[in-house]
Amino acid sequence: MIFLDNLINGLSLGSIYAIIALGYTMVYGIAKMLNFAHGDVIMVGGYMAFCGLQYWGVPTVLSLVIAMAVCTVLGVTIEGLAYRPLRQAPGLAVLITAIGMSYLLQNLALMIWGANPKSFPTTFINGSSIRLGSLNISSATVYTILANVIIMVLLTLFTSRTRMGKAMRCVSQDRGAAQLMGINVNRTITVTFAIGSALAAIAGVLLCSSYPILQPTTGSMPGIKAFTAAVFGGIGSIPGAMLGGVLLGVIEIFGKAYISTELGDAIVFAVLIVVLLVRPTGLLGKAVREKV
Amino acid sequence: MSLLSVQDIHVYYGAIHAIKGISLEVEEKEIVTLIGANGAGKSTTLNTIAGLHRPKSGTVTFAGEVLTGQPASRIVPRGLSMCPEGRRVFPHMTVRENLEMGGYVRPSSEIQSSLEEMYTRFPRLKEREKQVAGTLSGGEQQMLAMARALMSRPRLLMLDEPSMGLAPILVEQIFSIIQELHNSGVTILLVEQNAQMALSVADRAYVLETGNISLSGRAEDLLHDEKVQKAYLGS
Repeated sequence: MIFLDNLINGLSLGSIYAIIALGYTMVYGIAKMLNFAHGDVIMVGGYMAFCGLQYWGVPTVLSLVIAMAVCTVLGVTIEGLAYRPLRQAPGLAVLITAIGMSYLLQNLALMIWGANPKSFPTTFINGSSIRLGSLNISSATVYTILANVIIMVLLTLFTSRTRMGKAMRCVSQDRGAAQLMGINVNRTITVTFAIGSALAAIAGVLLCSSYPILQPTTGSMPGIKAFTAAVFGGIGSIPGAMLGGVLLGVIEIFGKAYISTELGDAIVFAVLIVVLLVRPTGLLGKAVREKV
Repeated sequence: MSLLSVQDIHVYYGAIHAIKGISLEVEEKEIVTLIGANGAGKSTTLNTIAGLHRPKSGTVTFAGEVLTGQPASRIVPRGLSMCPEGRRVFPHMTVRENLEMGGYVRPSSEIQSSLEEMYTRFPRLKEREKQVAGTLSGGEQQMLAMARALMSRPRLLMLDEPSMGLAPILVEQIFSIIQELHNSGVTILLVEQNAQMALSVADRAYVLETGNISLSGRAEDLLHDEKVQKAYLGS
């Protein structure tokens, strides 16, 4: 029973990582950059939902929508102001800009909401639990796993069926050839940031529902782990982000439960190192075809 | 008036002056070829016309409209399409999806009939419809890349090194397809290292040397020109 308990907790935590990892992997696949500010967009999403629930007395679902809207605008603005001017610049310049953006967001949050941790309110998302025999599953766990599955299905449909989704796949496979099809690459990048940031808001609300402490650094550790998950699954691959995220969550919870609580995070990163040694492209990553 | 008119374009890669004032014309229904050695600036010229590079000066006019400085996403809908060097098919998409992306700028209601048209012209692609493009042979990828470029119904098709890396028998096949396309009324601007083949299908030709046009004229005349024979035809 403890095993099952741990497994379900792992799936839940892993689902949050997976939703965040989707943002990393999509942006990497299409814009070929690592957006290290992504984790902090999660934090902003958490704070916006917190404000909705705590200060503005807005219902839970509407708070989530507000958080998603703000994060979408934030993500698109960051891309347009900070990353777009560097489109032709070396990768390192973009990477450093992204790290700078991460600190900027954390410090803005510190100015606006202060350093004291906020306690995320109880909502329908985390307010109850389900009994299954001797198992006690929190509703946050159920909603998190459910959200993950729905997002995966919708994203798969989006990239395989819609015009914009297909254009995004083209850009990720060959940007130059995509331009020759008449695809507006800048627009696909904007849409990618919009989707990734909206997902970050959902992840933020789910994260705060399961771990209800909110502070300006709330997004950084889950952000780094989700980035790890994206690399683990194969960066650039949407199913890879999903698989990597879920596996990472399960490994983390099992590591903490059976090996050592203190070493839990170290185990996560050790697994990443082993996987990358054996399969440098990640679990579902595709080897880049070098042109000769 | 010419369908495509390039006037004195200069293109730089950083400090390198790659194209030093090229002018060329393509008339409706013509096949025009650009030949020249590696690094002469053939691909750069095509990429500049297609909107992938921005010229420092000079103009590109297509069907009476000035295209200079427009991005490719604005140029393709005007009827100018390019099949790039190295084929550049989308490796993880199926043959059918690649073709559909070729018609990206057209209304989706028109795609199906164009697909049928391509499958008639390239029966091999019909057989491979559901196969992922990265697993096709070089010749099949070249056909796919050409068909994909045709899906936008271009008024002018630019082909960059369509015979590169292909076995001689496939080279013959690709050139007979180019000939067929020409017969069916497609205007073509062809860049080739295989000068012999290019000159034998083209109406007119330009010879590029280190960013300049050194010679131009009727393809037939160039084919028999002593300098051209010596430099590019190996005789």
